[in-house]
Amino acid sequence: MRRIISVLLENEPGALSRVVGLFSQRNYNIETLTVAPTEDETLSRLTVTTTGPDRVIEQITKQLNKLVEVVKLVDLTEGPHIERELMLIKLKATGSQRAEIKRTVDIFRGQIVDVTSSVYTVQLAGASDKLDGFVQAIGTSGVLEVVRSGVSGIARGEKVLSL
Amino acid sequence: MELLSGADMLIRSLQDQGIEYIYGYPGGAALHIYDALFRQDEVKHILVRHEQAAVHMADGYARATGLPGTVLVTSGPGATNTITGIATAFMDSIPMVVLCGQVASTLIGEDAFQETDMMGVSRPVVKHNLSVRHPSEIPEIIRKAYYIASTGRPGPVVVDIPKDMTAPNERFEYAYPKKVKLRSYNPAIRGHAGQIKKAVDMMLAARRPIIYAGGGVILGKASGQLTELVRKLGYPITNTLMGIGCYPASDKQHLGWLGMHGTYEANMAMHHSDLILAVGARFDDRVTNATEKFCPGARIIHIDIDPASISKTIDADVPIVGPVDAVLKEMLALVKESKEKPDAEALASWWRQIDEWRAFHGMRYETSPDVIKPQEVVEMLHRLTNGDAFVTSDVGQHQMFAAQYYKFDKPNRWINSGGLGTMGFGLPAAMGIKLTHPDEEVLCITGEGSIQMNIQELSTCNQYKLPVKIINLNNQSLGMVRQWQDMNYESRHSHSYMESLPDFIKLAEAYGHVGIRIDKKEDLEPKLKEALAMKDRLVFVDIQVDRFEHVYPMQVARGCMKDMWLSKTERV
Ligand SMILES: Cc1ncc(C[n+]2csc(CCOP(=O)(O)OP(=O)(O)O)c2C)c(N)n1
Ligand SMILES: [Mg+2]
Repeated sequence: MRRIISVLLENEPGALSRVVGLFSQRNYNIETLTVAPTEDETLSRLTVTTTGPDRVIEQITKQLNKLVEVVKLVDLTEGPHIERELMLIKLKATGSQRAEIKRTVDIFRGQIVDVTSSVYTVQLAGASDKLDGFVQAIGTSGVLEVVRSGVSGIARGEKVLSL
Repeated sequence: MELLSGADMLIRSLQDQGIEYIYGYPGGAALHIYDALFRQDEVKHILVRHEQAAVHMADGYARATGLPGTVLVTSGPGATNTITGIATAFMDSIPMVVLCGQVASTLIGEDAFQETDMMGVSRPVVKHNLSVRHPSEIPEIIRKAYYIASTGRPGPVVVDIPKDMTAPNERFEYAYPKKVKLRSYNPAIRGHAGQIKKAVDMMLAARRPIIYAGGGVILGKASGQLTELVRKLGYPITNTLMGIGCYPASDKQHLGWLGMHGTYEANMAMHHSDLILAVGARFDDRVTNATEKFCPGARIIHIDIDPASISKTIDADVPIVGPVDAVLKEMLALVKESKEKPDAEALASWWRQIDEWRAFHGMRYETSPDVIKPQEVVEMLHRLTNGDAFVTSDVGQHQMFAAQYYKFDKPNRWINSGGLGTMGFGLPAAMGIKLTHPDEEVLCITGEGSIQMNIQELSTCNQYKLPVKIINLNNQSLGMVRQWQDMNYESRHSHSYMESLPDFIKLAEAYGHVGIRIDKKEDLEPKLKEALAMKDRLVFVDIQVDRFEHVYPMQVARGCMKDMWLSKTERV
């Protein structure tokens, strides 16, 4: 099953390489990985999406917790949560394609953020499967370039991941 | 407050940490530190002949005492030479701090002379590593390093020290921190009371219980609590290779050690048990054999300080995260006050069954009128040293024979690289022990393959007068490799010979030691006695043993616990 694990990490050089190293060293999957500082500059927030049987997921969270620089972590997929990913995508857009693309972008609630005579650059945010859906709807033949941020997530309701 | 340079602060921190010995080798990036060492005499430095040996020395010291060992090396090749030693300590959870020089911070990333990214290289084989970014951080970093290395599940910690951090002309206020603040590191200090209660209830209700103890009992200094609990319950106990000595081997409740080369009775009892109390053990593949066939009728209670060790390879029914000594103490108290008692009849019939298994095999091997068997050498050593020596070992058949036939009644005396299986570990580990235990007998039971992996340390032994006894079970082959080739490759002995062996006697003498060769059976006892009688000399005893011997029992690959070879022809 796909999991979203969110980690509060000491904002120290080398801390990220420990997390990444752990995944490759122990043969765990990384599907996406995002990391950025938080409002507390001593902490980074790292989100990793991974897949694996329950035993492996349990090991991942335990092994992550063992890293000295990991302060706290939560498996967001264990409860209600919000996940978002940002995609910037460059599409071939000439002639009648232009109106068609515009319509699809609207349906997916994206925005065209840059335009040339033959190219649209579209910005789209949402859960990963929504982004997948958009690419599918557009059809890969028109896609010139895709960049995705990887997943960020947060629990719903009052639950917070903090010190 | 005092003003000190980074190098002086480093050495002062070691003093304030109570470090008596460090093991190391100098070089460019560590020279400021070596100069600071020279100007004091509290911290004593042992100069090895290869950095790997410095780490194994620190490791041997740590295993024998339970205290963290300390290593000091230079950057680049000095640092990379420590990696095998660090990985060895990591796999067996040995507390240790490795101080590595590094090129000046201004040069890092420029492929400077003797620059290696030691933070990156060591990362997968350390508990943690720390890099000094300002000289004033040194006392705190050293304090943290020892704290992390020796608390929770212990392990090696590397400290990377760029040369400019130890420059002599810059001085800073020195104070050694009394406490460590680490918000992200909080090892468990006690087990969950509810889980402990549940475990005790299960233990008292069991009909075919067994205790399976590991190296964690020794690391957690819990042999006393374990022994008391096991005696109180009257249950059988087995331990892992790493747990040897955690419970007296001469006690009748002890079934010997388990796993690949464990005893018949220990493996049989595990397989047929209905309850396993695992204490500080990690269900390693050398213990479980095929995990899907592991002990089908057993429920499992697992105590470990490291939550990641629990349900990693084998699911635990009752996990208990906590220090083994504290948890066992609570268990004992509950057992004592409980109205429930183990079912005497069930336990008696369980013991009858176990005694049958014991009688069936025990530990037997064929002796020969003229060839010396490695097993009999170990048995004789056990007798001649009253079972009270510190025994280090290398890796191979000799290691298994040493572990099988030297019966340890005390913890911290069997010293071997169980997890990584590092040939070359034995001699430097023995040196680390002898240095701090000069009045104890320290034996290194090794093979002619392994001993050559750190043979240069005979020179260090001469310099510091370390009279260890090297017992070379010389079978003129990489015996364990050869055994696997016999069993799995139709005896195609690909590169398992040790051709052109040196004359070990002359070699020992060249380094200023005594060499004794034993190749006749009748010489074995008198010459071993002669060697052991030379209290203040290192004696290299080169014993020509049976070249064709195999280690048994041996679990059948991919089978269950009870599938074993008992000799070259007998399989159960
Ligand atoms: C550094 C290292 N290299 C290779 C091995 C693989 N290995 C395991 S046992 C063994 C043979 C050891 O030979 P020896 O020391 O003579 O011991 P014996 O088995 O003959 O008693 C080898 C090569 C190892 N454990 N460590
Ligand atoms: Mg050999």
